[in-house]
Amino acid sequence: MSKYKFLEEKIAKVLMVVATLLVLAFVGNILYTIVHKGLPSLTWEMVSKIPEGGYYNGGGGGVLNAIVGSLYIVAGSTFLGLLISIPVVFYLNVYLTKKSRFAYAARLAFDVLFGIPSIVYGAFAFSIMIYFGMKTSLGGGILVLTLLIIPIFIRSMDEVAKHLPKELLDASYSLGATKLETIGVVIRQIAPGIATATLLSIGRAIGDAAGVMFTAGFTDSIPTSLGQPAATLPLSVFFQLSSPSADVQNRAYASALILTLIVLVISLTGRFITAHFSKNKV
Amino acid sequence: MMATQVLETTALKTGISGLPFNRNSIYRAEMVDTIPGINPIYKLRNTNLKVRNLNVSIKKNQILKNVNLEIPDRKITCIIGPSGCGKSTLLKTFNRLNDDVEDISITGEIRVDGVNIFDKDTEITSIRKKMGLLSQRPCPLPMSIFDNIAYGCKLHGIFKKKALKEIVERQLKGVGLWEEVKDRLHEPAVKLSIGQQQRLCLARGLAVEPEFILADEATSALDPISSKLIEDLFIKLKKDYAIVLVTHTLRQALRIADHVVFMYLGEVIEEGPAEDVFNNPKHELTRKYLEGAFS
Repeated sequence: MSKYKFLEEKIAKVLMVVATLLVLAFVGNILYTIVHKGLPSLTWEMVSKIPEGGYYNGGGGGVLNAIVGSLYIVAGSTFLGLLISIPVVFYLNVYLTKKSRFAYAARLAFDVLFGIPSIVYGAFAFSIMIYFGMKTSLGGGILVLTLLIIPIFIRSMDEVAKHLPKELLDASYSLGATKLETIGVVIRQIAPGIATATLLSIGRAIGDAAGVMFTAGFTDSIPTSLGQPAATLPLSVFFQLSSPSADVQNRAYASALILTLIVLVISLTGRFITAHFSKNKV
Repeated sequence: MMATQVLETTALKTGISGLPFNRNSIYRAEMVDTIPGINPIYKLRNTNLKVRNLNVSIKKNQILKNVNLEIPDRKITCIIGPSGCGKSTLLKTFNRLNDDVEDISITGEIRVDGVNIFDKDTEITSIRKKMGLLSQRPCPLPMSIFDNIAYGCKLHGIFKKKALKEIVERQLKGVGLWEEVKDRLHEPAVKLSIGQQQRLCLARGLAVEPEFILADEATSALDPISSKLIEDLFIKLKKDYAIVLVTHTLRQALRIADHVVFMYLGEVIEEGPAEDVFNNPKHELTRKYLEGAFS
């Protein structure tokens, strides 16, 4: 019996290691492809210049328009997303009871929203934009990505907020705090959750192509207002890959490398900030 | 002298003489006003808490049955009784922390300084401000030691750095924590030991100048030395506050109680001055509980 259990343990462990290695292999392979094909084409010109005429046919210039456009859109939608989701999470967990039907319905809705493909968000936002007579613009891109990441924000923060200790809320209430005043305590307590949610959302938003295609449009210049169209890195990768020229295709890999590096930098910064903010957690 | 003799003989008769009864903590109803050194503000204060016909049920389970009580000012009131007798529920009803419990229904009234806390016009925050709560496990807020104490003050409109610093220092000194933490006020409160955290929580509660201290088995998670520190603080603080202590340890009640409330299955079986209840329990259940027949 014990021999059998020992064997079982061994086999399970091997399977776990294999699964982990498999995932790492995927990531490694993708990174290898991007670096191998993209690094030779990654020049300072790529990250510091906007496309010149004929860029997609092998002309000079870079993808600064897409880098800046992506950062603008991600920053805007992350900010808006946080602004909307924190009150939602606070309401669900502090004001509503665990068994509240409204909370149940809301959580179900967020789960459904979570699974909706971004192209649907794009089409939805596009129809709203047409209704209001808006053109493809930075503002539209921010709007659609905000819609896209709100469910991610809410669901991942909610999972953390569900485990808020009742005693902590009671401690704040018994000092004479109202529920609203307790939000400071709640935010500090779920700070690591907020940071994780933000990282997930940024990752999702910066990599999204379908949502911004209709709404932010694409342009070779850097937008100077919310009303102007904005380029994004994923779309830039797409357009460059579509080129028949091998040089331009390699630039697409270089752009993908830039995108990956941006995500890496944001993740590392996020982890650092999380560690800093979670020191007070009870 | 006479009193203690009587006390010891009755203790022998009732068979609990082995338990350490603190002779300093005898009930002093009439002596309160003559204790020197009480802050005049506290003398003017009209602190009282009266419970009338209180019934609490949760999900049709009656937790408290027709409770009538009066909490004396400037004394330590110990609520004792076996597990599940409603001690903690009663304590939490005092500052309405039960409000959010699902399917709870409360009838009757609790008057704090004459105001019924269940009245629609009663500001719940002002009632809670009057009652510092000390929970079973210390629960520091997720912020620095300094901010833990300043938090309550800020809620009630004190924002000036200098004033906050003064309050923090005074309260930390009051609970004997100042020397231990004065060099690391801005470190997270969770880094303190459990015992230190509990004293910090007490200081945090006192910083908003309550009239009552509600303690829900506040020493049960602590080591003996930290428990002793908290008990000593209660004895020190009772000259200024009405202290209500829910305790599961009879020995603790014997050590520090001035007034005792014995509860059983949601009912107050007996209440009165500690020496009377401990030495001359009127009710059979109380006697059995004190003898250790059940716990």
